[in-house]
Amino acid sequence: MIGGLFIYNHKGEVLISRVYRDDIGRNAVDAFRVNVIHARQQVRSPVTNFARTSFFHVKRSNIWLAAVTKQNVNAAMVFEFLYKMCDVMTAYFSKISEENIKNNFVLIYELLDEILDFGYPQNSETGALKTFITQQGIKSQHHTKEEQSQITSQVTGQIGWRREGIKYRRNELFLDVLESVNLLMSPQGQVLSAHVSGRVVMKSYLSGMPECKFGMNDKIVIDKQGKGGTTDDSGKSGKQSIAIDDCTFHQCVRLSKFDSERSISFIPPDGEYELMRYRTTKDIILPFRVIPLVREVGRTKLEVKVVIKSNFKPSLLAQKIEVRIPTPLNTSGVQVICMKGKAKYKASENAIVWKIKRMAGMKESQISAEIELLPTNDKKKWARPPISMNFEVPFAPSGLKVRYLKVFEPKLNYSDHDVIKWVRYIGRSGIYETRC
Amino acid sequence: MPAVSKGDGMRGLAVFISDIRNCKSKEAEIKRINKELANIRSKFKGDKALDGYSKKKYVCKLLFIFLLGHDIDFGHMEAVNLLSSNKYTEKQIGYLFISVLVNSNSELIRLINNAIKNDLSSRNPTFMCLALHCIANVGSREMAEAFAGEIPRILVAGDTMDSVKQSAALCLLRLYKTSPDLVLMGEWTSRVVHLLNDQHMGVVTAAISLITCLSQKNPDEFKTCVSLAVSRLSRIVSSASTDLQDYTYYFVPAPWLSCKLLRLLQCYPPPEDGAVKGRLVECLETILNKAQEPPKSKKVQHSNAKNAILFEAISLIIHYDSEPNLLVRACNQLGQFLQHRETNLRYLALESMCTLASSEFSHEAVKTHIETVINALKTERDVSVRQRAADLLYAMCDRSNAKQIVAEMLSYLETADYSIREEMVLKVAILAEKYAVDYSWYVDTILNLIRIAGDYVSEEVWYRVIQIVINRDDVQGYAAKTVFEALQAPACHENMVKVGGYILGEFGNLIAGDPRSSPLVQFNLLHSKFHLCSVPTRALLLSAYIKFINLFPETKSTIQEVLRSDSQIRNSDVELQQRAVEYLKLSSIASTDVLATVLEEMPPFPERESSILAKLKKKKGPGAVSNHLLKTRKACLTDIKGISTPSPSADLLGLRAGPPVTAAAPSAGSLLVDVFSEAGVNDDGFLRFVCKNNGVLFENQLLQIGIKSEYRQNLGRMYLFYGNKTSVQFVTFTTTLNVQAKPVEPLIEGGAQVQQVINIECLTDFSDAPLLNIKFRYGGALQNLTLKLPVTINKFFQPTEMASHDFFQRWKQLSLPQQEAQKIFKANHAMDTEVLKAKLLGLGMALLENVDPNPENFVCAGVIQTKAQQVGSLLRLEPNAQAQMYRLTVRSSKDTVSKRLCELLAEQF
Repeated sequence: MIGGLFIYNHKGEVLISRVYRDDIGRNAVDAFRVNVIHARQQVRSPVTNFARTSFFHVKRSNIWLAAVTKQNVNAAMVFEFLYKMCDVMTAYFSKISEENIKNNFVLIYELLDEILDFGYPQNSETGALKTFITQQGIKSQHHTKEEQSQITSQVTGQIGWRREGIKYRRNELFLDVLESVNLLMSPQGQVLSAHVSGRVVMKSYLSGMPECKFGMNDKIVIDKQGKGGTTDDSGKSGKQSIAIDDCTFHQCVRLSKFDSERSISFIPPDGEYELMRYRTTKDIILPFRVIPLVREVGRTKLEVKVVIKSNFKPSLLAQKIEVRIPTPLNTSGVQVICMKGKAKYKASENAIVWKIKRMAGMKESQISAEIELLPTNDKKKWARPPISMNFEVPFAPSGLKVRYLKVFEPKLNYSDHDVIKWVRYIGRSGIYETRC
Repeated sequence: MPAVSKGDGMRGLAVFISDIRNCKSKEAEIKRINKELANIRSKFKGDKALDGYSKKKYVCKLLFIFLLGHDIDFGHMEAVNLLSSNKYTEKQIGYLFISVLVNSNSELIRLINNAIKNDLSSRNPTFMCLALHCIANVGSREMAEAFAGEIPRILVAGDTMDSVKQSAALCLLRLYKTSPDLVLMGEWTSRVVHLLNDQHMGVVTAAISLITCLSQKNPDEFKTCVSLAVSRLSRIVSSASTDLQDYTYYFVPAPWLSCKLLRLLQCYPPPEDGAVKGRLVECLETILNKAQEPPKSKKVQHSNAKNAILFEAISLIIHYDSEPNLLVRACNQLGQFLQHRETNLRYLALESMCTLASSEFSHEAVKTHIETVINALKTERDVSVRQRAADLLYAMCDRSNAKQIVAEMLSYLETADYSIREEMVLKVAILAEKYAVDYSWYVDTILNLIRIAGDYVSEEVWYRVIQIVINRDDVQGYAAKTVFEALQAPACHENMVKVGGYILGEFGNLIAGDPRSSPLVQFNLLHSKFHLCSVPTRALLLSAYIKFINLFPETKSTIQEVLRSDSQIRNSDVELQQRAVEYLKLSSIASTDVLATVLEEMPPFPERESSILAKLKKKKGPGAVSNHLLKTRKACLTDIKGISTPSPSADLLGLRAGPPVTAAAPSAGSLLVDVFSEAGVNDDGFLRFVCKNNGVLFENQLLQIGIKSEYRQNLGRMYLFYGNKTSVQFVTFTTTLNVQAKPVEPLIEGGAQVQQVINIECLTDFSDAPLLNIKFRYGGALQNLTLKLPVTINKFFQPTEMASHDFFQRWKQLSLPQQEAQKIFKANHAMDTEVLKAKLLGLGMALLENVDPNPENFVCAGVIQTKAQQVGSLLRLEPNAQAQMYRLTVRSSKDTVSKRLCELLAEQF
């Protein structure tokens, strides 16, 4: 189990140090600083091992979070915990920065005491934590004695993520499907690798202890229903079903039911939470196609032409489009011409960055650049790194569709129809690259 | 040097550097650098020409970026342009960039060379210096090709400034080190040597480094520098501290120059010219005298400078190794340092003393400090100094103090640092072997060594003990007794078990007479350790067990039981299992005769260089080896001089630390031949073989002759092994024998061994042994050697067992006076019952127990088989422990036989 947890700033100074077990000494703090933060070569592995001590680290902007252990722990569990910890901290004081950590160090120690016990991860549900860890800005909503006494029973009870007796005048539910699409394409337009990793994030403001059921166009479910015999349904939705490679759920989802019926039913936590995560690799809709054209004119000049084509319904609008065209290391000057958006040569990043605010579907746009080169005596050829792209589109590139989200609350007198539901799809670029 | 002009502050560079310093993260730093690089690229690419100042600034920035660890692949051209500038700072930056960044195969090298050439031919000394520094910093082969001819000219030209001369000398030195074939001094030699007379001390200092390096390669050409160096040295040494002004360092005149001069002199033998030599000795004496004077300053720099010269002088004295007076003085001076509170001084003193110890003149003087050194070994806090102390003890060891030193090293070993333990163990092992006067001490020491530091005792060490014990029959009994006692300790090291297993397996019979170490007790003792040992040791023990079966038939059933047990015969280790199965079968199927042949006592090992010594050399690296070899050679040669007639101690010499194979090259040959010619007929080995069939018959620096023989009734076969111990081949190697023998290979390669077989048939009884004449050529000199072959009448004995009354009946039958031969003689060796028994058994007769009414006495019976007849013989040996005398009576059916046997045996006890 986790023996200790340290938070460092970019200089390697320790901001937070919490040791849970005796086998982790003070020197572990220094070992990580010396061997990872100040290492000569950049350490790329998130897990490092020195002197029979394992260090698991994640980096958030300039802050290093490192979990330390001497035991043979499940690394995935440790990282899951570290990410969760980041989420919790973000929920309490928004951005994780050196400044914020220094300002909230009492809170962080209190949180660490709660979410890790003797190195074993405990309840890290933000909503639940906020009920009893109340520093500074977060005020407890429960002032009465009865309510405070309820906290214990709730946290230790079967449904630790939701307390009883929640009441809303308007029962509302927000559901976001957030996907990031990753692509590597050859210059000829052949897809070398592509996958989508997605999350279903919910915000629920429901009274009582409702039971929810979530349905999507999962291929297995659709196929099963097709066989089941509802004849009119199977023909229509069969085409649009998607194959999910793997998925993980929030702790509130009843896994036994998912295993047997593949239905996702749960009692939701109050407020914001991540219902599930999934990954797909088949039949991905690629929102943009990048067509590069690079021509070397002699030793001192390079001509680049890049065309991007949007590949979705014309009625939809893509936003925050950014194309990054790497330039050779001996670039001495760049001239850019583009029809749409703004393009600029950023010397500090060795790239031309082309930004377009908005772009509708089934359109295309083009940029051309002349790059002047300084002759060098180095015979090394330019490696031609891939052109990368960033964007945001209002649909799910994996093809996922929410079919239903039903709410049952038998005790209180509101039905599924009374709940106001909002569904939103956002597709973002992950690593979206085209070789040139 | 021109003053830095006002506009040269290079503010842009300062801003850039402070930007980099202020970067919060590595990524930010990389971004800043990328931006700057793009800026510089666009500036260099830009249409309008840059002025010298901005060029210099950007080149400086590039240099800084390069030093931060980023690749720079442009800007070289601009740097080369800077070389042709007339401003000092611009030129300097250009040269700096080029020395740091230009790789030798660059296309620009021609341009650079051109610029350097221009600067060298300019009359401006600063520019010349810059160019010379650049050549030295790059130091590539191309540079050497381009400028190797030019620089010596600058160096010796009369009108060159002193500072340029210094740079030129050092630059030439650098080029010489990278490509010595290109730097040809030829005509310049004498003029370079005369730089030693230069007015300017700096020039002399620089030149002397060059001369030292050059003279190491071709000492003859630079021979003239010796007298110049001596006179320069004497001028410095005799000068007062105020004479040399700038070159006086804390009251010491020109310490660096003095050290370099002394080091240069170490490249040459002592000067032959009496006057020069006298002057040099005077200098050295002055230096030694100065060390005695009270210090002129309390500052550490003063004493450092003074001692640096002193140590260099001492190493020169050691190098000459010809002035006993100076050597002894140096030794005394070092002796003072041994107790100095400065750790470095103690270290250096010990180190220099190590070399002093190898000089014959100062060896005795070094030995007087033994107490201090031992004390240093025990109390010194710094481990490296302790290590030196151990080295010195090793170096100063000789026969007179070996026991003390070995004892001290052994006692230190218990507390020694882990890092030096293994080396200490090797050293103790070597010293013990080298200076062993009596081998029981050697055995004791090594067993002690194993007991104290078993983990650090390498295989070689215990192999060596066993080799020595096997080759020397006079310690075998003692060794067996000692290991037996050592094994009785409740916890003993595995190496001890190995030695014990081997020795008891071979010589357990020698102590079996004592009921406390009866065969069964020995076996049980060994077997009690068996289960705690590793597989190789167990394998060795199994072999020891089967040897026990041969030595002591009474243990057979017990040992077979052990071998038969599941843990042996079904052992998961293949080696152990195979041994168990094979030994079990061997012991149950083979007859006693076969067993005795198969499990015969191991033949003596051929003498070779001690493997331990080889290991120590390997550890020490080549430098130490030559030193050590030199020493052993000296020791060996003096020993050979000392021994005029072959005596038992000559044999000891042969066994000692391994005669240095390489040292015995032809040069040493002439000395060795003397030993040969003096030897005449060598029968020293002969007598040892009366009771023994295998062993080393003869050995000297060149040749070793081993014997292995077997006899049955009146027939015998003898194998002679001629081992060439040198690295040179023996030519026309012939042996002639007055018995028929197969011819032997006429050539023995260096280090090789050839074998010769001689078949022997005893026709009738005899008293003269056959003579073996060996002739061969070694390094041109003809070597001639005559040896008595150890074929004696007793070899043809057939043992006869008989009861008490039978014996006395026959004894009485042989009562004719001529049939009896009797001798009363003094004991040569200790009167050990077990040893006596072993010897009598080796004689070939049957040893009859419980026959003589006096249990102290030994009686034996046997029949000598010759072709013509059989001669029955009876023997009675009465030891008198008080008087250390023996009475030996031999009766046999033939009078000549009795007489001969009596003569032979009288020499044995």
